[in-house]
Amino acid sequence: MAITLSASEAPSPPLSARLSPPQVWGIVLLAPYLLVFLAFVVYPVGYGLWLARQPASYVALYNDPIFARAAVNTLIFLVIGINIKMLIALFLSGFFAQQRPWIRWLSVIFILPWAVPSIPTILSVRFMLNPEWGVVNQLIFKFTGDDGPNWLNDPAVALAMAIGVHIWKSLPFWTLILLTGRLAISHDLYEASDVDGANWWQKFRYITWPSMQTLYITCTLLSMIWTLGDFNSVYLLTGGGPADLTHVLSTLGIRYLRLDQLSLAMASIVCAMPFVLPLVYFMMKRLSR
Amino acid sequence: MKLPTLREVGTEAKLLLIGIPVFIWTMIPIYHMFVFAISPKEDAFSGKLWPAHPTFHNFSIVFHEQHYFLRDFWIQFWNSTVIALAVGALTLFVATAAAFSISRLRVPGGRAVMNMALFTYFIPAAFLAVPMYRTMGTYGLLNNHWSLILAMVTIAAPYAIWVLKQASDKLPVELDEAATMDGATTLQLFRLVYVPLMMPSLVAVGTYAILLAWNEYLYAFLLLSKDTDITLPVALGNFLAADDSPWELLMTTGFIYALPPAAVYYAFKRYMVGGLTAGAVKS
Repeated sequence: MAITLSASEAPSPPLSARLSPPQVWGIVLLAPYLLVFLAFVVYPVGYGLWLARQPASYVALYNDPIFARAAVNTLIFLVIGINIKMLIALFLSGFFAQQRPWIRWLSVIFILPWAVPSIPTILSVRFMLNPEWGVVNQLIFKFTGDDGPNWLNDPAVALAMAIGVHIWKSLPFWTLILLTGRLAISHDLYEASDVDGANWWQKFRYITWPSMQTLYITCTLLSMIWTLGDFNSVYLLTGGGPADLTHVLSTLGIRYLRLDQLSLAMASIVCAMPFVLPLVYFMMKRLSR
Repeated sequence: MKLPTLREVGTEAKLLLIGIPVFIWTMIPIYHMFVFAISPKEDAFSGKLWPAHPTFHNFSIVFHEQHYFLRDFWIQFWNSTVIALAVGALTLFVATAAAFSISRLRVPGGRAVMNMALFTYFIPAAFLAVPMYRTMGTYGLLNNHWSLILAMVTIAAPYAIWVLKQASDKLPVELDEAATMDGATTLQLFRLVYVPLMMPSLVAVGTYAILLAWNEYLYAFLLLSKDTDITLPVALGNFLAADDSPWELLMTTGFIYALPPAAVYYAFKRYMVGGLTAGAVKS
């Protein structure tokens, strides 16, 4: 009996014997995250993809004018909004790199939009733009005697305002990141170029930009991925209106969800994947180095 | 004292020409919110830049729950606090254990787990919300605080693990070897060597998770619905349901809601800047 037992165990000892104690602990300590990951990422995503499997949902999406509009809005948000934001951030990072006490104070205030939650400030902007009671139109009336435009009732203006709110919120973060990149550039380079009589454009073109190029492009791509998930700026400012013309993909998915059209919601997200996955792949190569 | 040259004055003027618009742009929505919070109802809608009769009466109305929209203010404040703290604690536990396991114990498959976590980090949260909502329903967790806590841990953990792994990769291997030679078990190594050395990063990650949970709107709005279950941001969003919303009270509540995270952010700025922004984008 004892012989057969040891003989059967010899080729494959139990798992615990093959692993060293630290490795056993490694698995135990990794388990909580793995459980969270399996229960709240793998299962939902798998289930969602299964829901989005029918071609009929994609036909329905294709025939829904709101979807086409949301896709265009998302592209405008990403391509125009993010690039404007990153250019301003690049410019302001140069401003905040100046060594002045008052600029240091300003940088403390400048970070406020990032430090406070977005909901109250977006609602604050929403009321400012209220056509009757908002402070913007009241000032316009006071100075010109005319009624101001109905800001959030024009889809183009409303989308621009949502982009503005997004920029207001996330500009400080990206400026700060680009500022760290700028401060890492050796000061000697600028001093040498001063001696050679370079102007500010030449300094930017030949010193600043080459050292910040990679960081800038990484930041732009990362910001694009994150902005795809920016639900608050659009939802709380315009609610997707007027007439569902200012939806972006993230608010549209939730709109379908609220209308209990889960397969449409998942299908609209799956449609975004051809654009998201290459960006994600690129960022992962960047960060897991 | 040396008088500034004309050139220096010119540079300063140019800097001010950038600085003043930046200041105004940053402050407008916050100032607007503040003016509303200290305005009586009649003043609030008159579009003045400073109220004729500033008052803290709105704060008193909010604190005493003297309005239909505010009848559950304190319990919602409590919900926000408990959920944020729970997310902070759980994220710290899950992420520290995982980072220790991947970085120090070099557990087989650790790299793959790290990559999966990073992948989750890059999936926009609003996209994950759709299937997450249905899954929480399947698990029977809808309208239960655990659904929001677990969802926020799922979202906060990947970045937390990544930051902690980056930080713990920098600790010398000799440290673990020396402790093991002295007969420390793995758990002692974790408790007595690893956690104390990682403190600054742990503070940063804990703060990150707490702020993320406190500020979250979308998941809270999907997963919780009862008035006594919801968090403050959802309650703020619910103000919009009525046409004649009391905007001065909405702004007051928003102002109160925005104060704790701003205070936490500035108090831990040292850690946040060191631990997070440096790690956020590696060039």
